[in-house]
Amino acid sequence: MARTQSARAAAAGRDIVSRPAAAGVPKSRAPRSRRRLRKAVELTVLIGPPVVLFVGFVIVPMIFAAWYSLYNWSGFGPLNDFIGGRNYTGVLSGPVFHQALEHNVIIAVLSVVIQLPISIGLALLLNRRVRGRTFLRLAVFAPFVLSEATTAVMWYELLQPGGPVDAVLKGVGLGGLVHYWLASTSLVLYTVFVVATWKYIGFGIVLLLAGLQGIPPELREAAAIDGATPWQATRAITLPLLAPTIRIWIFLSVIGSLQLFDLVWIMTLGGPANASTTMLTYQYINGVQRTQFGYGATVSVVLFAISLVFALAYQRYALRRDTAGALTRAVM
Amino acid sequence: MRGSRRPVIVAVAVATAVAIAACSSSSSTSGTSSSSSSSSVKVTLTWWNNGNTQPLLGVWQSVAAAFHATHPNVTITVVPIQSDLFTTKMPIALKSDNPPDIFQQWGGGQEATQYTSGKLANLSSLSSGWISELGPAAAGWQVNGAQYGIPYDQHVVGFWYRKDLFAKAGITTPPATIAQLESDDAKLKAAGFTPIALGGGSRWPDAFFWEYFAVRLCSESVLQSSIKAVNMTAPCFSQATTDLTAFMGTNPFQGGFNATQAQTGAGSSAGLLANGKAAMELQGDWETSVVPALASSTTILSDLGWFPFPQVPGGAGNPTAVLSGGDGFSCTTGASEPACDEFLQYIDSTGVQEELVSKANVGLPANSAAEAVLTNPALQAAAKAHAGAAYDAEYFDIAFPTTAGQALDNALADFFAGKGSNSTIINSVSSSSGH
Repeated sequence: MARTQSARAAAAGRDIVSRPAAAGVPKSRAPRSRRRLRKAVELTVLIGPPVVLFVGFVIVPMIFAAWYSLYNWSGFGPLNDFIGGRNYTGVLSGPVFHQALEHNVIIAVLSVVIQLPISIGLALLLNRRVRGRTFLRLAVFAPFVLSEATTAVMWYELLQPGGPVDAVLKGVGLGGLVHYWLASTSLVLYTVFVVATWKYIGFGIVLLLAGLQGIPPELREAAAIDGATPWQATRAITLPLLAPTIRIWIFLSVIGSLQLFDLVWIMTLGGPANASTTMLTYQYINGVQRTQFGYGATVSVVLFAISLVFALAYQRYALRRDTAGALTRAVM
Repeated sequence: MRGSRRPVIVAVAVATAVAIAACSSSSSTSGTSSSSSSSSVKVTLTWWNNGNTQPLLGVWQSVAAAFHATHPNVTITVVPIQSDLFTTKMPIALKSDNPPDIFQQWGGGQEATQYTSGKLANLSSLSSGWISELGPAAAGWQVNGAQYGIPYDQHVVGFWYRKDLFAKAGITTPPATIAQLESDDAKLKAAGFTPIALGGGSRWPDAFFWEYFAVRLCSESVLQSSIKAVNMTAPCFSQATTDLTAFMGTNPFQGGFNATQAQTGAGSSAGLLANGKAAMELQGDWETSVVPALASSTTILSDLGWFPFPQVPGGAGNPTAVLSGGDGFSCTTGASEPACDEFLQYIDSTGVQEELVSKANVGLPANSAAEAVLTNPALQAAAKAHAGAAYDAEYFDIAFPTTAGQALDNALADFFAGKGSNSTIINSVSSSSGH
């Protein structure tokens, strides 16, 4: 639609300028070139700075990272130990990297399987006219406003052995559930996931609430008149119309899961024994702490490739209806 | 690594230090003689240090001002930077054409790694006239026998213990052997206390145990040659793992120690000691600056005692040897000399050293002449053990090149968490990628 309009406008513009040209008056060239100049200035002023920033802070560092990843480099001295793809072999065949990748995938899958239904349920509830709705919306959104560092430090303290979480569990007679939440290698990843859910659930709810606001209430009313139960109306009308928002949420959530770092780093440093390590904690430990900057750059490139492949595939197959016309051309 | 400890130490000490810091700006320290840099050429030295919180922040500022007062042609620009940031900032700075003139330096293999940048100034000849005041401490800041860095304080690792809890458990003298330590652990458990608090969540405290077993079991020459060759295949290192495994089998640590941080909050290992939940902690002398802020009792420092790591049967190491390290500075090749060297000399002069110890709680001074101002008996005991040590073994993570040192720390933390074996520890440094 947008394309058609602009094409028509462009065609019209051509018409307008072609008329004086047909009259053979050379004067007409001035406004045309002035218009072109104005357009060029506009584009330069509006797009120039973001392009410069994007190239300077995204594209160029990416090129450098790809370049460093081909060297054995401690970060000091010249870049002269070219080792080709050895860093890539090291990263891709490393058991700890596999573990890290597996943890990222587990977090991503759990987000979709657990966080999403909870978010949708709470959003549907908070979309109804209930007493104290504003307060409840504020309450579920509040954790999202906290920085990851604050969240991590707070939960680290709450989860101490014998700490507040354990005390609450004992207080309600669930003392048998008390565990070493952060020290157990089999539990720590799930503990981190629970904390991440606590922090990010509010974001999902707000996003979904915004999506719900866009659904005309008349549709549900019409369904009710036709005899649909509230559950039927939710399933057949609300959820399908909410699908674009859900798809965007899944996209953001998976990318966020792949890039999980702050929470994990502050609460566990990726430990104990790599039980909660993620691709980024792996990169920090092996790249920065061990001053193997070439190796660290390799991990960045691999993480970038994984994220890019996911993003492109998701755009192509899951988001194509939502982004029709904006990003893709031939869309059914 | 050493670098990550200091900011926390300083941060937690803030509460106790505010009053002290308030006076630091008014006091200046009597300086060394201003000699060759008294020429009229004005120079500015940019100084990156990790004193980003009080009281060290204020002390360094007053030191820079006092030096300028005696050397009017030298202006020092103080740039406080949080310790962890040096890891990422230094490689970039040393690659650039404009590195800082003076920067924080922890010595050892890390310094050797930085040395490859070609930007570290060789201070050997400039400092030859005064470096002997520091005794053997300065050796940790040499690369290939040349002085590329100079320490301003020293640290020694040992057991800090609660005298009151020992008394309650019926322990009259601190243990001198591992067997005695284990039997004291049992007494403390029977009295309802955790024997030893361990900050395994921070990783580096785990390493102290294994490293001390190695220091007790390996002879000085084996230790030195192994560090130099970045190779731990000598049998004494494997024996250290065996002895550590046996010691860990007695469950001396608090539950869930793998997730306990070393210095953050009351639940940290230092906090457990501070609040009487645990009776001992194997830590550096910075413990006295960490513990007060975490304790509910105001008399905590007088409850603390210190004893060296116990003897290990059959060990070839000298029984007095200590695991140690310290903080220092390097000059870069672009720095104006002799101004830079003179400034480092000034920092190691007795007056400044006393100020660092008494006002900034830096631990033990690099210049032992300033030890007179140490007042805490436990800290005095640590200083005495350090002074009487046959030799110093630098923390292995600093002594080895950074890559190997960090790999060792991680391998040891994994071992404490029940993953890995003796071979993963031994091989961590030689196959230093250890991915």
